[in-house]
Amino acid sequence: MLAKIKAFWRAIRQLSGADAYERYLLHQVKHHPDKTPLTKAEFFKQWQDEKWAGIKRCC
Amino acid sequence: MNHYIKNSLWLLVALLGAAALGGIALNRGESINALWLITAAICVYALAYRFYAAWIAAKVLMVDATRATPAELKNNGRDFVPTNKWVVFGHHFAAIAGPGPLVGPTLAAQFGYLPGTLWLLIGAVLGGCVQDMAILFFSTRRNAKSLGQMARDELGAIGGNAALIGTFVIMIILIAVLGLVVVNAMKHSPWATSTVAATIPIAMLVGLYMRNFRPGQVLEASALGVILLLLAVVGGGWIDHHASLRDFFDQEGLILAWGVMIYGFAAAILPVWLLLAPRDYLSTYMKIGTIVLLAVAIILLQPSIKMPAITPFIDGTGPIFGGKLFPFLFITIACGAISGFHALIASGTTPKLLANERDIRLIGYGAMLLESFVAVMAMVAATVLDPGVFFAINSSAGTVGKEAAQAVATISGWGFPVSTAQMDALAKDMGEATLFARTGGAPSLAVGMASIFGSAFGKGMLALWYHFAIMFEAIFILTTLDAGTRVGRFMLQDMLGNIWPKIGQTSWMPSVIFTSALVVAGWGYFLYIGVIDPNGGVAILWPLFGIANQMLAAIALSVATGILVKSGKLKQAWVTALPLMWLTIVTSSAAWEKITSSDIRVGFLAAANDMATKLAAGVLPPDKAAIAPQLIFNQQLDAGLTLFFVVTLWIVIFDMLRVCSRHLAGKAVPPITESPHVPSRLVENWVRD
Repeated sequence: MLAKIKAFWRAIRQLSGADAYERYLLHQVKHHPDKTPLTKAEFFKQWQDEKWAGIKRCC
Repeated sequence: MNHYIKNSLWLLVALLGAAALGGIALNRGESINALWLITAAICVYALAYRFYAAWIAAKVLMVDATRATPAELKNNGRDFVPTNKWVVFGHHFAAIAGPGPLVGPTLAAQFGYLPGTLWLLIGAVLGGCVQDMAILFFSTRRNAKSLGQMARDELGAIGGNAALIGTFVIMIILIAVLGLVVVNAMKHSPWATSTVAATIPIAMLVGLYMRNFRPGQVLEASALGVILLLLAVVGGGWIDHHASLRDFFDQEGLILAWGVMIYGFAAAILPVWLLLAPRDYLSTYMKIGTIVLLAVAIILLQPSIKMPAITPFIDGTGPIFGGKLFPFLFITIACGAISGFHALIASGTTPKLLANERDIRLIGYGAMLLESFVAVMAMVAATVLDPGVFFAINSSAGTVGKEAAQAVATISGWGFPVSTAQMDALAKDMGEATLFARTGGAPSLAVGMASIFGSAFGKGMLALWYHFAIMFEAIFILTTLDAGTRVGRFMLQDMLGNIWPKIGQTSWMPSVIFTSALVVAGWGYFLYIGVIDPNGGVAILWPLFGIANQMLAAIALSVATGILVKSGKLKQAWVTALPLMWLTIVTSSAAWEKITSSDIRVGFLAAANDMATKLAAGVLPPDKAAIAPQLIFNQQLDAGLTLFFVVTLWIVIFDMLRVCSRHLAGKAVPPITESPHVPSRLVENWVRD
């Protein structure tokens, strides 16, 4: 039961983008270990701006 | 053994679905339970998903689970990210489901509950879902390219430009009609107006919270925002009873329309994080929460449907919009059955998250099924109202008369009894001064939802439920309005940038202000005319939007059909060619009638000529004579736009047919642009179906 609640919470965090920075850090560590990753505030700014370029909502 | 159990289970679903459909189709009694509609819908969706969608995925598109998707190949940890299929489903559904599936079925309920429901079911499983799934698949196979790019690559420059211009024009009409829906819900309603106004500072607060105060804490910020929104609904009730504040928020439609335009302009030039992004978070949570609540309430309460299965208005005399069942049902309900706009989300945006091609069935086909289900629930919420009440709310003053007594007499005369006392009591329950002539669908949907919620969770709070429903609709209508104006601005900057490169710089402030103002002026014009038109602008604008949206769907289906034929799947190309044919018939006949009909409630030109004759003869009252020239010009402009839509549609279809026939004759055509097969290396760490 607890595991299910945890999985549900993970999905909610992923859906809302609350874990976007953690996922980005994982990606950086795995694929670009030589580069310094952005800070959370910097990353969030870029992520939000990218997310809203183009048609994102429909009727 | 297991095999037999599975088969008999599906047989049971088929039988239950057939019984429910038969029940609702053959019922001619007093009333029918809404649960039958829900049951029929779920059975049809389940069967279509299990068999038709699976067949298309396996045999027509031939999805390949071993093939790496763009999300995997271009994974950058930001916009290209392979994502769990349920999370992608959530994103995709939140992106495609806007106010359209709520408004369309509400308006189409004037024909009765049956035609609209059947079209929602059939249109979705054979048309809308197939379109979304096919476009998602083709875009995934082409590095997440947009619909416009695919049209250009696969059909040629004509198809590509048609898709681009079509998207721009549809956006303008869509924003205008949605703006009008909000204005009609707010006019002379201090409660609704103050609640909707409060959503703006709340969104900004949430934006500041997640940008500066606690960067990236989107869940915290959204929870705060949702609580503030609920308080705003309650606070609106307080303002409604406050002597001086009440007057401040009690406004004419025209002033509210100007307010919406100023808001739209501000939202297009302000940075996204301040207004657009936080508002979108709030609207997504509200949308999903309310839809779940509505489904639970309908299942718990099992309300009876009071609207007849089919009303006499199928002959074209309906008060909400003029025109016969064919073709106008099929353009009134676009979203929920088939919506061309979805192709813009299914190409470009969603493929960047898709982890495996196998998820295309769930995300492309499944999310559209869910949107169709939302539309069926909107149909239920509209038809559980007394038909007399439904028509009193949704008929414009120009159709049934300005005075309440006159309106109820007209509507009762059609055989849908309603009294002024009943309407006054209902308005009082809902905390409104009047509910007459609140066209656009949002108020009647809110009354329907409030009465469903009220009976399921306690009658004491009807007014709160009503304004909650209004706030819920307004918040995501305004999100579409923000986002649409912004996208329109980018598209315009892009197009004008071809003529004057400087204007194409998206960060050059004079260009931002100039193009934003142009886009707002575009939809603002239609909104303005819609507000001053006594016959209710929704009756004119919604069909125009429907035709535009179906035209975009036809472009998407043409692209899909062209690709299928070019990839040697001529025999299976009917899966997209069939809905394309139907849409072409529907859109062309609707456009033909809108242009040539001599019925002034259907034909744009007939209405313009009629008004011009009356104006010349001097028989119009002074207030109508003053606005008549504007209304005449608008009707002519609408006729021109309709012609433009239908000509664009035919150009794209001919272009597609030309490419297909050249391909079949072995002549040169633009080559298939599918990206090469790269095997997937992703470790599967979640359970698949």
